[in-house]
Amino acid sequence: MSSAPTTPPSVDKVDGFSRKSVRKARQKRSQSSSQFRSQGKPIELTPLPLLKDVPSSEQPELFLKKLQQCCVIFDFMDTLSDLKMKEYKRSTLNELVDYITISRGCLTEQTYPEVVRMVSCNIFRTLPPSDSNEFDPEEDEPTLEASWPHLQLVYEFFIRFLESQEFQPSIAKKYIDQKFVLQLLELFDSEDPRERDYLKTVLHRIYGKFLGLRAFIRKQINNIFLRFVYETEHFNGVAELLEILGSIINGFALPLKAEHKQFLVKVLIPLHTVRSLSLFHAQLAYCIVQFLEKDPSLTEPVIRGLMKFWPKTCSQKEVMFLGELEEILDVIEPSQFIKIQEPLFKQIAKCVSSPHFQVAERALYYWNNEYIMSLIEENSNVILPIMFSSLYRISKEHWNPAIVALVYNVLKAFMEMNSAMFDELTATYKSDRQREKKKEKEREELWKKLEDLELKRGLRPDGIIPT
Amino acid sequence: MAGAAGPGIGPGAAGGDGDDSLYPIAVLIDELRNEDVQLRLNSIKKLSTIALALGVERTRTELLPFLTDTIYDEDEVLLALAEQLGNFTGLVGGPDFAHCLLPPLESLATVEETVVRDKAVESLRQISQEHTPVALEAHFVPLVKRLASGDWFTSRTSACGLFSVCYPRASNALKAEIRQCFRSLCTDDTPMVRRAAASKLGEFAKVLELDSVKSEIVPLFTNLASDEQDSVRLLAVEACVSIAQLLSQDDLEALVMPTLRQAAEDKSWRVRYMVADKFSELQKAVGPKITLSDLIPAFQNLLKDCEAEVRAAAAHKVKELCENLPIEGRETIIMNQILPYIKELVSDTNQHVKSALASVIMGLSTILGKENTIEHLLPLFLAQLKDECPEVRLNIISNLDCVNEVIGIRQLSQSLLPAIVELAEDAKWRVRLAIIEYMPLLAGQLGVEFFDEKLNSLCMAWLVDHVYAIREAATSNLMKLVQKFGTEWAQNTIVPKVLVMANDPNYLHRMTTLFCINALSEACGQEITTKQMLPIVLKMAGDQVANVRFNVAKSLQKIGPILDTEALQEEVKPVLQKLGQDEDMDVKYFAQEAISGIAARARKLDFPVKDSDEPSVPGADKNHFWRPRGPREDTGKGPAYQLHVNTRDTLARLEMAELVLFFPKQRLIPLD
Repeated sequence: MSSAPTTPPSVDKVDGFSRKSVRKARQKRSQSSSQFRSQGKPIELTPLPLLKDVPSSEQPELFLKKLQQCCVIFDFMDTLSDLKMKEYKRSTLNELVDYITISRGCLTEQTYPEVVRMVSCNIFRTLPPSDSNEFDPEEDEPTLEASWPHLQLVYEFFIRFLESQEFQPSIAKKYIDQKFVLQLLELFDSEDPRERDYLKTVLHRIYGKFLGLRAFIRKQINNIFLRFVYETEHFNGVAELLEILGSIINGFALPLKAEHKQFLVKVLIPLHTVRSLSLFHAQLAYCIVQFLEKDPSLTEPVIRGLMKFWPKTCSQKEVMFLGELEEILDVIEPSQFIKIQEPLFKQIAKCVSSPHFQVAERALYYWNNEYIMSLIEENSNVILPIMFSSLYRISKEHWNPAIVALVYNVLKAFMEMNSAMFDELTATYKSDRQREKKKEKEREELWKKLEDLELKRGLRPDGIIPT
Repeated sequence: MAGAAGPGIGPGAAGGDGDDSLYPIAVLIDELRNEDVQLRLNSIKKLSTIALALGVERTRTELLPFLTDTIYDEDEVLLALAEQLGNFTGLVGGPDFAHCLLPPLESLATVEETVVRDKAVESLRQISQEHTPVALEAHFVPLVKRLASGDWFTSRTSACGLFSVCYPRASNALKAEIRQCFRSLCTDDTPMVRRAAASKLGEFAKVLELDSVKSEIVPLFTNLASDEQDSVRLLAVEACVSIAQLLSQDDLEALVMPTLRQAAEDKSWRVRYMVADKFSELQKAVGPKITLSDLIPAFQNLLKDCEAEVRAAAAHKVKELCENLPIEGRETIIMNQILPYIKELVSDTNQHVKSALASVIMGLSTILGKENTIEHLLPLFLAQLKDECPEVRLNIISNLDCVNEVIGIRQLSQSLLPAIVELAEDAKWRVRLAIIEYMPLLAGQLGVEFFDEKLNSLCMAWLVDHVYAIREAATSNLMKLVQKFGTEWAQNTIVPKVLVMANDPNYLHRMTTLFCINALSEACGQEITTKQMLPIVLKMAGDQVANVRFNVAKSLQKIGPILDTEALQEEVKPVLQKLGQDEDMDVKYFAQEAISGIAARARKLDFPVKDSDEPSVPGADKNHFWRPRGPREDTGKGPAYQLHVNTRDTLARLEMAELVLFFPKQRLIPLD
């Protein structure tokens, strides 16, 4: 036993069996799109001359031909097939990327449909089923797209196309339409983070250049989020979409349209309920704060929304909520603060007395924030009574000494802020608790009487017995 | 608030209903408004009590308006409210007033949270049945229409679930309107609503007149089945089952089949998966003729689909598909059109596909009969028994009984054995556990000789597995084997090996001996238990490890009923008494448990006493715990009197009983 501490021989000894099937090291998974039905036949492309090798008058036509050639799709799960042709397409795509970046006058009107067709052929595909049923993006390695060597170049090319100085949205809008955008949005569910990153850039450019598509894009993102929140809880690209939205919100004109406010309240706030919040919380909080910086009057609905969806059992999420709340408080206007201070500090009082020390600690850190401190000080006559009993109790009862120490600091701060009230609350603490207990007892009695009544009614011949 | 809560303070606001006046609505409403969510939730869950206290009239005029106005709360509270209201008809005064419940439920049906909305819809469906036809038209149908034209998608989604309950009882004019509403939801702008409509399409079709099904539902179905979102298209497949059941063969061919064919070849694997998953239902719905012409070819495609998910779903349906084929010509169809594809799947690259197939493939043998099974299926079974994936092998083994009926298991035994042995040694304990569970079945089918020769050693090896769950399963496996092969077999093959483990240096193995004895004693009977097992158990009472000792106490309690009184008195009692004085708390506790258990049992069976005479040893099966007694209440009294009953057996039992009285009434949490 002592000879090999790394392997557990004792286990095998007890088992009496040798381990025949040692768990195989997990291979790096990759996946391909769902579009291949075994075709079997090798693909042949006729090699074309390089663009730079032909006179410029022939270049446009050759460019089109190359675009058409690149519409051919290869099966990358079969690593041995069509190796030569795969390499040919790769070098052609590379050439196209260079060409569209450097050449002037290459975007003629005929090229638009061909570019969009080539991009569509390559990127639009049904995403395959996720390999593991319960894919946990925090734990599991993402599955990578097998055809990335081509796909990346196609995305690269498309972005250069959209960013080209010669690019004319008025021509492109015939081809980059609602259907195109819809398919593009579906791809955000890709498990491959590299692909989602490119998609983010692409969608951002499209949103920037196609004014006519903006409302549509926002609506479809809405739908994706609502489905994510209320139906599937599964969508890989939420963080990326939120990142785009962050910059969209930044550009909203004032006063905000009703549509945008609805988006905040009915979509962004409910996004907080999702189990996998940690994967996109930073982006989400950024969007929320952007909204509040645009229009401070939204503070109340936002904070009330957060209160409504405050995590009941997940401490990790609670810490995230507290973090977001602090970001909001950092930009809150004092007039707005007054409106929500009561529900807000009732919640903070609960967090402070959480038995989970990370939650309690995160909440107590608010007292290190100078701006929040100044707000508390201004309103200490409201906040102190709300916080007092929790703080007092924790200072006596919390298991974690660090929390107790922090609470002492907070109590000290309150004492300095409003010593008269502090003394009064300390004096009445006991009698207040007793009064609460009495109230509780009266409640119980009321319910007991009601139940007796129900029993009595149930026995009466004309009594209605609820089913 | 605190003061007002007391009864008798409230003014007699209700008037008529006597004691109702004690509970002014304000107090109850305060409860519903309590700051603590949990208390609000409790109050809502007792809403029927509140309503009862208020009486039907005040429930209608005060409580329901209050509920309708204040629906902004935690979803959990709203969920409870939605559920309560579904059973509220009686509390508002019966069917004539059922419509009073609609306003709060309408608000709840527009809430964001899906579970709340679904519950509200469920309750609305429930109370729709309680409406009179007049009230239905006057109140319910307008509500459905309002929801269907709501601004936000939630109300429109909820509306989808209400059409089918109000349609059959509505007038013809209204029916046309209802259909119109449904049509517009099927073409709604948001995919959420289209999904809801698609999922209710089949249900709605069932309550429609056949003409309307053909003229209205079928076009809607076709549209939804070619929706731009695959999440909508796949729901249309489900609707297809219901719609197909309603149509004649000709209509089916003309109206539904083109769409279904298209769905089976959809570019999204999710849609194809749905077709595979619903295949049996589809097959039944379209009937044998279309099955042969259309579904079989589609099924072949699904079996060789490019996505493993789809292949696995189709593989799951192989047996049902074959079973449901018309008997005439079934064999030929299976042999020519299905079996070739199955053969391919046996060597599929994906283990889920193979495993799905393995879970149903054995069922084909009853359909194909002995000769075909031997010639065509047996090679496949054997191949799967050798599959690299344990789940595949396990699925084959777990379905052995199907084959057993047709060709007997002997045909397989040569391949079976290595497969079983390998599963028995699999690194994953759940696999080992699964194979253990099939051991009694295998033993029965393979016979005692084969078992002794090949499998017995495996069964014994599991007893010393390093995972407790395996040891535990191995123990109960032994019991089942003894039940199958009889006590003599047990005495010769099992018991000696089990008892040897009592001397094992590992205390876990020593405990396994005890667990085996617990399981086997009953099946083995008194003689073996007394002569062979008991001495070992008693000897183990001196074990160094406390866990072993308190398990000795537990074992003694367990086997006590099987032993005769002599053995109890002369052998068990002293040992338990000694354990009762053990230094370890838990050993003491379980020894006491055992003593009281045995004593109570013995008294109950053989020595009936009147209740008044019963000393405070509660019957073991009545109450596990001792009731605390006053100091020295009747100690001595009962036993002293009974001492005069001078037979040795009763004396022994009584002493046992007395023993119990002596121990302190300390109760411990068993640490098992």
